[in-house]
Amino acid sequence: MNKILEAKFLAPDIKLFKIEAPKIATKRKPGQFIILRVHQDGERIPLTIADSDIKQGTITIIVQGIGNTTKHLNTLKAGDFIPDLVGPLGKPSHIENFGCAVSIGGGVGTAIAYPTAKALKEAGNYVISIIGGRSKEFVILEDEMSATSDECYPTTDDGSYGFHGFVTQKLQQLIDEGKKIDFVLAIGPIPMMEAVAKVTKPNNIKTVVSLNPIMVDGTGMCGGCRAIVGGKTQFVCVDGPEFDAHEVDFKVLTNRNKMYLTQEKTSLESHICKLEKMYDKEKTNG
Amino acid sequence: MAEMTNKERMSIKRHHMLEQDPNVRNKNFEEVNLGYTQEIAIEEANRCIQCKNPLCITGCPVSINIPKFIKLISEGNHKEAAAVLKIDNALPAVCGRVCPQEEQCEKVCILAKKGDPVAIGNLERWAADWERKNIGLQIPELKPKTGKKIAIVGGGPAGLSCAGDLIQMGHEVTVFEALHSVGGVLIYGIPEFRLPKEIVHIEIEGLAKMGVEFVTNYVVGLIETIDELLERFDAIFIGVGAGLPYFMNIPGEHLNGVYSSNEFLTRVNLMKAYKFPETDTPMFDVKNKVVAVFGGGNTAMDAVRTSLRLGAKRAMIVYRRTEAEMPARIEEIKHAKEEGVEFYLLAAPLEFLGDEQGWLRAMKLQKMELGEPDASGRRRPVPIEGAVEEISIETAVVAIGNGSNPIINQTTPDLNVNKWGNILVDNNTMKTNKKGVFAGGDIVTGGATVILAMGAGRTAAKAIDEFVKNPDTW
Repeated sequence: MNKILEAKFLAPDIKLFKIEAPKIATKRKPGQFIILRVHQDGERIPLTIADSDIKQGTITIIVQGIGNTTKHLNTLKAGDFIPDLVGPLGKPSHIENFGCAVSIGGGVGTAIAYPTAKALKEAGNYVISIIGGRSKEFVILEDEMSATSDECYPTTDDGSYGFHGFVTQKLQQLIDEGKKIDFVLAIGPIPMMEAVAKVTKPNNIKTVVSLNPIMVDGTGMCGGCRAIVGGKTQFVCVDGPEFDAHEVDFKVLTNRNKMYLTQEKTSLESHICKLEKMYDKEKTNG
Repeated sequence: MAEMTNKERMSIKRHHMLEQDPNVRNKNFEEVNLGYTQEIAIEEANRCIQCKNPLCITGCPVSINIPKFIKLISEGNHKEAAAVLKIDNALPAVCGRVCPQEEQCEKVCILAKKGDPVAIGNLERWAADWERKNIGLQIPELKPKTGKKIAIVGGGPAGLSCAGDLIQMGHEVTVFEALHSVGGVLIYGIPEFRLPKEIVHIEIEGLAKMGVEFVTNYVVGLIETIDELLERFDAIFIGVGAGLPYFMNIPGEHLNGVYSSNEFLTRVNLMKAYKFPETDTPMFDVKNKVVAVFGGGNTAMDAVRTSLRLGAKRAMIVYRRTEAEMPARIEEIKHAKEEGVEFYLLAAPLEFLGDEQGWLRAMKLQKMELGEPDASGRRRPVPIEGAVEEISIETAVVAIGNGSNPIINQTTPDLNVNKWGNILVDNNTMKTNKKGVFAGGDIVTGGATVILAMGAGRTAAKAIDEFVKNPDTW
């Protein structure tokens, strides 16, 4: 059981949680994740640790409510408990002084890019951050990213804030301007990560992406999170989650993430149904 | 009543357990075997001739005093029978269900020479079930506290059996489990219809009542390393079990609809996906679909029989050799056949074929025939040229074994392992090259059985007991 100490929305459907987990807080390194369940019959879902506070004994996770579990999670408040939480899992990010490092976060991916960007900065890199969102309200952690970056560029698809366009267009612009980039970290939706890989490959820029496939145990047992990297099967939970973007088979990754689309819809409908019933009951009970 | 003569005992026929009807049970997850009645149990127990030098004990990986507990059953003293079992076996109700007795105690039973051996496994199950149902799990006597602290890494059969012995010896025992539920393969791997999870939970509760402390959601190696554990424990037993599943490395294995048996069974057993959407974890809907399971072991049988229960239209085993070479227990193969599982033998998969959306639609099989015996003594299957068949399937489950879990190795670089990542140990004590660190079960042997892992746990417990008393002599 882990207690939620703080919970606040950063954007529509995107919520930040500070959760009591003192041991994980001391042990975790950038790039690692946790797996949690929200109730007895809950699903195990992986979430990257965005930050930790050793003194407070907390870890921070940032969640976008998309499926049954994440939507349920986003109804939780400070004082509520998470029944099962395990971590840190996965290999930490490889951090070194590359020179100029660009960290790219798309949507909630910014939350995952943030701890690694911070570590890259601490390792002496010149850090440029590009943080994208559909519109202004979906650009998250701008203050935090700015604080750990030498340059920080928010981008929006609709032009409502910052650079008008995709994160890849901003990256291309930097390359075209002659910026010498030694390393790119890209975390976000799969199409975004694939697009970043396509921009950096012809420029021979080492690029790392963090994969978020479907997992069950997350400890190297079930094999569900397998991905093809460099033509070989890799297990994201123990071999990753970060991989060389130019080696990842994005087509397989995209397909495998669609495996349960129909079931996820059913699950979500039944979840919403349950919530409505709860709400009705509360109303009747006055 | 006069004592029965051996002749009279040996004239009694072996009693089979009652089973659910195959056409009923292949649609539900209830236990297949229904156990003995008291009358049958006593009659079966009467078949034991109480050998002076009982071979059955030597055939048992945990050396249960088999003649003694069987005699107690024949006298109607089921309570004492269960107590005798628990001296040597932390999980008798589990072992009475999943042990391959035909390869162990029953294989060497003297009666097997002329006929059917005593049904030792069924009787073990009877005594353990009787206790649980009638008087609740009893706790064996514990030795006085020693003050020594032992960490067990992994809450599966090896760790639980090691914990059961060490707690009886008076040590403080803490079991660290990575998942949210203790039991390892007993919980995530073996299906409900072969081993009801409630029975596992109750036997584990018994250990907790004896004082074993359980810590779930704790991945040793990542949250705390073996070296860090050594700072706060006197000894460590590593029983982290099998690791990542092997795949066949054929084209199309990444298509949607292709599972490893580990994932398939974990979704159903641990996560209860068969109750979806009542529970949250989904799985690919196999209702009215065709499922092929690759492999010939117990895990393959578990997966294929699970598929039927999930409503598969056809469920088949695809195996490269013949039934005689299958490593699965005879009982599991028999049960699978009765339930309607098809067997595609002497067939090796060449490729999985998918549709445009990346979903599995068919498998391509190479027909084989048996050639000369290979190094293992089994006749090697060789392809029949040109005999390739394409069969439409919607789900595939690959059940061809596991590698080792990499987390302990990655985080304990000075622990000696072989090239497959299995931890190297001294077979008599299960000690590793690191002082105070012992290991056993699948992480040492590679995929094996529950009872062999439990045997290793016991061997380690005995050595750990000696080690913590005199660490300087080790």
